[in-house]
Amino acid sequence: MKAKYTLSIITFGFFIATACEKLLPVSPYENAVLDGTIKDLTTAETAQFLRGDAAFAKVFTANTGLGPLFVSNSCISCHAGDGKGHPSTSLIRFGQTDETGNKFLLLGGPQLQHRAITGFNPENIPSGASQATFIAPSNTGLGFLEAVSDADILALSDPDDKDNDGISGIPNWIELANFLTPKPNAITKNGKYIGRFGRKAGVYNLFNQTVNAYNQDMGIVSAYSPNDTYSKEALDPEVTNAEIADVVHYLQTLKAPIQRSVESTEVKAGKELFVKNQCGACHTPSMKTANSTIQGLNNKTFAAYTDLLMHDMGKDLDDNYTEGSAKTFEWRTTPLWGLGLAKDSQGGKVHLMHDGRAKSIEEAILLHSGEALKSRQKYAALSSKEKQELIKFLESL
Amino acid sequence: MKKTYLFWLFLLGLTQNIFAQIDTTLFRRKPILDSTKMNIDAVYSRPFLQVGRTPLGVGGYAEMNTNFGITDGIGEGFSFQMRRMTLFLGGSLHQKIKFMSEIEFEDGTKEINIEFAAIDFQFNNLFNFRGGIIMNPIGAFNQNHDGPKWEFSDRPISATQMLPATFSNVGMGFYGKKYSKQWVFAYEAYLTNGFDETIIDNGNSRTSLPTAKANKNRFEESSNGQALFTGKIAIRNRKIGEFGLSYMGGVYNKFQDDGFILAPKRALNVFAIDFNTTIKKTKTSIITEWAWVNVDLPNNYAVQYGSKQSGGFVDIVQPVYKKPLLGFPNSTFNIACRIERVDWNVGKFTETGDKIYDEVISIMPAISWRPIPSTVIRFNYRIQKQWDLLGNPPSKTGVFQLGVSSYF
Ligand code: HEC
Ligand code: HEC
Repeated sequence: MKAKYTLSIITFGFFIATACEKLLPVSPYENAVLDGTIKDLTTAETAQFLRGDAAFAKVFTANTGLGPLFVSNSCISCHAGDGKGHPSTSLIRFGQTDETGNKFLLLGGPQLQHRAITGFNPENIPSGASQATFIAPSNTGLGFLEAVSDADILALSDPDDKDNDGISGIPNWIELANFLTPKPNAITKNGKYIGRFGRKAGVYNLFNQTVNAYNQDMGIVSAYSPNDTYSKEALDPEVTNAEIADVVHYLQTLKAPIQRSVESTEVKAGKELFVKNQCGACHTPSMKTANSTIQGLNNKTFAAYTDLLMHDMGKDLDDNYTEGSAKTFEWRTTPLWGLGLAKDSQGGKVHLMHDGRAKSIEEAILLHSGEALKSRQKYAALSSKEKQELIKFLESL
Repeated sequence: MKKTYLFWLFLLGLTQNIFAQIDTTLFRRKPILDSTKMNIDAVYSRPFLQVGRTPLGVGGYAEMNTNFGITDGIGEGFSFQMRRMTLFLGGSLHQKIKFMSEIEFEDGTKEINIEFAAIDFQFNNLFNFRGGIIMNPIGAFNQNHDGPKWEFSDRPISATQMLPATFSNVGMGFYGKKYSKQWVFAYEAYLTNGFDETIIDNGNSRTSLPTAKANKNRFEESSNGQALFTGKIAIRNRKIGEFGLSYMGGVYNKFQDDGFILAPKRALNVFAIDFNTTIKKTKTSIITEWAWVNVDLPNNYAVQYGSKQSGGFVDIVQPVYKKPLLGFPNSTFNIACRIERVDWNVGKFTETGDKIYDEVISIMPAISWRPIPSTVIRFNYRIQKQWDLLGNPPSKTGVFQLGVSSYF
């Protein structure tokens, strides 16, 4: 009798325990999410990644230094799931129309902080300043882009269009912020360096981007960028150098998006059309990193579908605002990796191009002009089956 | 490995005799009050030990549980949680003057709170005065939150993460009841200190009334020199059940300092309805509460902070096996389920016109055993989906909890 009881309790217990395993949610496939690290991280690098992840998600409040002027209160609020951003957290920059620099620095330029903590008035765009809206790009695989050598980027550039394909591509030559040291083998032109981050490629590296983001996007001053956007005065740091280093490391070691449906015939056909239609002339299908102290970034080949160069994109995309030496109608080729996962971070819909104005991949392609005019026309001339294939390929990225 | 581990803990939970024997002859146990009581009576409808012939009553409850949860395949492993131990200490100074207090030790001794410490002057049924640290009677859970009364280790999400569970404040007010044959009518109305600006500027990055609980200064002074009003009316019909309607509102921001106006007054308004009943025939009990929060925000405020929130829960509890067992004549097994939902940001993005999310839904089936009515051993499984602000694919969480909660 007793034995029977014990037995039934044990059976019941096992039943429950087995059910437990079945009832717990499993991880999504690795290629379905942007989160995750590059390969071959050491345990110390993984630990730093996790610290950076936490700092990236940290929410600032008035008490912990937010503002007084700000655009949003955490990195993650604008870079949800490390993917492309949503129009509700776009930011606006104003006041520069050519390489002579920003004329509105004393009036709150270059970035509009349209929010303020209570008791302060947010900024307005000064009259006479032209403006552009920027929607957040995805944050994945940036370590690879950072580790490409300047020489490789320049090799893709063709300022005088010597190959006569209608596509030139030039770097945005920028002045180096005083807290930055140039990378070894940096190539300069008239004392200026190649910018590679941001939609205008106005930012040198991920450290530069992180320091700017703290200061300009959240009103968090650091030892590197101590001037508050409201008072214009130097304040005590509100984020430590160590935290900034962790966030930079996090950005460097976030994995690159993994392509899906690689073997599908539609996707394969789409990839051929991508090259045939000259998309690859700007959205370079393959690049390699130079030497890196992080093993997973050291001499690696990757497929970001960008050349990190600026291209004339025509009148419709000219917002009459620029950074560095770039023209107002020039934009950095957006990496296309992760494009198929964009809607999972943009709230179920896509918001593409620099300001999120394109609501579908096709709309984005049809907005291409300038150097990309021919390429767009080729796309427009495709049969609907071919268009479908090309888009399936882009969605697999 | 994991399976056997879970299994042993399960057995342990079933068989463990957690209450040591004590000599109870010194104490006279006042019986737990009957089920016709209303939420308003919860403060007094608790088991007390009366010490000798003194007018002093002591009591309390403790609850702990094991927790094993996984979100999207990633878990923090297994842990034990000592949720809280709460002490009640009360007494009558006079037939019509009573004192009652409730002191809570949360998560070990991480937090110690006086949740309730008030003197009641009971003039007559309809008219009583209460002053001290008062539990704001918004919704039903805030009033009637003792762990052993519930079949779930977790408190409802809407009560803890939207409404401030066990939100208490210094203040005073009136309460009373009116009886007629089948009906009881009850009211409560208090003025207390209240909220502050952290509800719209906090580490949760969402409008969060519970953040104001962290401000312990509220027991000393109002954050803005304004009182918070909380009022509730409830009716109970012996056959139908109890229905409550409550409101809490006031100015939450610091709009002036030293006589200077800093900002316009910004108000918050909370409405809640609650209902509970027991279906006679099946003995099924249903407890539900839904609430709506409305907060005036500064213009152009960060979109993460919503001006409207809504949420609530429904608990259904069904006794399934009520027979003497292992020496407990009133032993009862229940199956139960809680369904809950919270939307922390009701509204649409101005930029896109799309719905703002920041939402959670959760379903939590449970099996519980009550060897005696005031002690419960409960096994809960929660499956939950949570959406970020933008409504991206939700994170899915599954949690198992085995817990004990008991008055002592
Ligand atoms: C207000 C929203 C917002 C916040 C807050 C924000 N970002 Fe961004 N982020 C953007 C936008 C918009 C861009 C594009 C800017 C541009 O093109 O110049 C961007 C660009 C970037 C880039 C460059 C990506 C690329 O492909 O060139 C990185 C890296 C980045 N952000 C990291 C961060 C970090 C780290 C933080 C927190 C310290 C942060 N961001 C906070 C909106 C935000
Ligand atoms: C002349 C260079 C060039 C060519 C050729 C080109 N693109 Fe682009 N592409 C760009 C630039 C620059 C942007 C970013 C424009 C902006 O942000 O406003 C872009 C943006 C995009 C985007 C939007 C990505 C996003 O996340 O917002 C898609 C999709 C895209 N291109 C696909 C294509 C396809 C498909 C082709 C071939 C039919 C093509 N592009 C040809 C330069 C080019």
